[in-house]
Amino acid sequence: MDKDFKPNIVGFLCNWCSYAGADLAGSNKLEIKPFLSVVKVMCSSRVNSNLVLTSFLWGADGVLIAGCHPGDCHYEKGNYYARRRFALLKKIMESLNLEPQRLQLSWVSASEGKRYAEVVNKFAEDITKIGPSPFRKNQNL
Amino acid sequence: MSDVLKIKKPVEEGITEFLKFLLEKNKVKGIFTLRKAGKTDSFSYSLITDVEEIKNAAPLTPIMPANAGQLLSSFTLEDAIKEPIAVVIRPCELRAFVELTKRTQANMENIYLISSTCAGVFPLKSAQNGKFSQLLPKYWEAAKKSEVLASLRPTCTACEHFVPALADITISVVGNKNLTEECSLHLNTSKGEELAQGAPGNKTTEKLNDKELAQLKELRLKEREKLFASVNDKNLGLAGLVKTFAPCLSCHGCRQVCPICFCTLCDFDSKTHEDTASHYQSELNQKGGARVPSGTIFFHTGRMIHMAVSCVNCGMCSDVCPADIPVATLFSMVGESLQKLFDYLPGRDLEEPAPSETFIENEFAGLGE
Repeated sequence: MDKDFKPNIVGFLCNWCSYAGADLAGSNKLEIKPFLSVVKVMCSSRVNSNLVLTSFLWGADGVLIAGCHPGDCHYEKGNYYARRRFALLKKIMESLNLEPQRLQLSWVSASEGKRYAEVVNKFAEDITKIGPSPFRKNQNL
Repeated sequence: MSDVLKIKKPVEEGITEFLKFLLEKNKVKGIFTLRKAGKTDSFSYSLITDVEEIKNAAPLTPIMPANAGQLLSSFTLEDAIKEPIAVVIRPCELRAFVELTKRTQANMENIYLISSTCAGVFPLKSAQNGKFSQLLPKYWEAAKKSEVLASLRPTCTACEHFVPALADITISVVGNKNLTEECSLHLNTSKGEELAQGAPGNKTTEKLNDKELAQLKELRLKEREKLFASVNDKNLGLAGLVKTFAPCLSCHGCRQVCPICFCTLCDFDSKTHEDTASHYQSELNQKGGARVPSGTIFFHTGRMIHMAVSCVNCGMCSDVCPADIPVATLFSMVGESLQKLFDYLPGRDLEEPAPSETFIENEFAGLGE
């Protein structure tokens, strides 16, 4: 494992739950590893699979999608669709052997600042262990 | 058990006679089927309304110049066809037609669906060297015996869904020992019965030949395993994908012929993914080199995300690929895993929504850790 490796993680956070959860984690001064580039989306179902794919192609080592817990979606059912889309994409990555563990879906509510910090730190740790994404240096995409 | 109409003629002649009867008796206004066009070995799908023209119809010729599901969508997209027509298409084409109808890209009204238990088709290239007719005796022999012919389209040799699901009439081809003597039309629905009323031939009642169909399914499943292993070995992982798609010209022909890719403006042709100078600049800064045109892996995996769950395994994509990339094999492999995940089979049911358009509240409970 490369000791100097600092993973580049893209995090798609839903506006109503997970982004607020991240905010709470910040207000509470919880320690969060600085590897996550946050993209705020109005709903986790806004995360078109092509956005995830583009993130990987442009060199992300991991992608985190975070939204409201099932049943708590601000738009009632957006996260159910997001979950299906995630399952589909994950299955494709599995079938093509594209290191599916680099993609994660987590439910984080607005009151779960602590959980947000845990999720991000754990994911960052996992990605650091896996190492840099092969997409990073591949010139033939 | 279903009613069966038996016409005492070889299967191809028999079905042609049946089509002629439909037109003559005004049961339908048109027939959509393969037709000989120009040279001996060229065939194209056509709408025939002239009774005289029926003699050129070649309904069961083992070739697929385009997926008929896509063609039917092209003239039923705006509105249902006004007068009844009968279509003779293969099971995968029928499934594509159903998928498109579900997505409001086609309309099934006024269309009588005639399909067959399918013994597969030959690659398009085999009809371009003037020797196509030499392949046919072997083809019919293999169909009779429920065998897999290695010279078929690779996806056809590995297809397990060769019995049409929603056809009004099913022509018995696979494992039918009397192919050369008689043509058996299984009338599955009341629409099918209606069509066959008064048709020449004898009516009986019998089941499809389950035993022979099961035998072929078993053989095809074995072929499927072999076919998937051929891409599994070396093509997986990013390095494998890059290698597989390295010869891709980005002609996007695979998408063009795909019956499930119906978008008027494909996402990958849209402004969203146009490669600008700054895109290349950042890629060069990061990697020290970039493929031009870029986006090959993005296009193929992206298209997979969009349509693989509804892939009907017709094999058109591989067949038209100028670089001989096994697109269809990869897509059916990934498609199969997705279809298992969502317990979905494209085209089996008109009422079943596509997986991305629906959800179940308590599914995938383990996700979201």
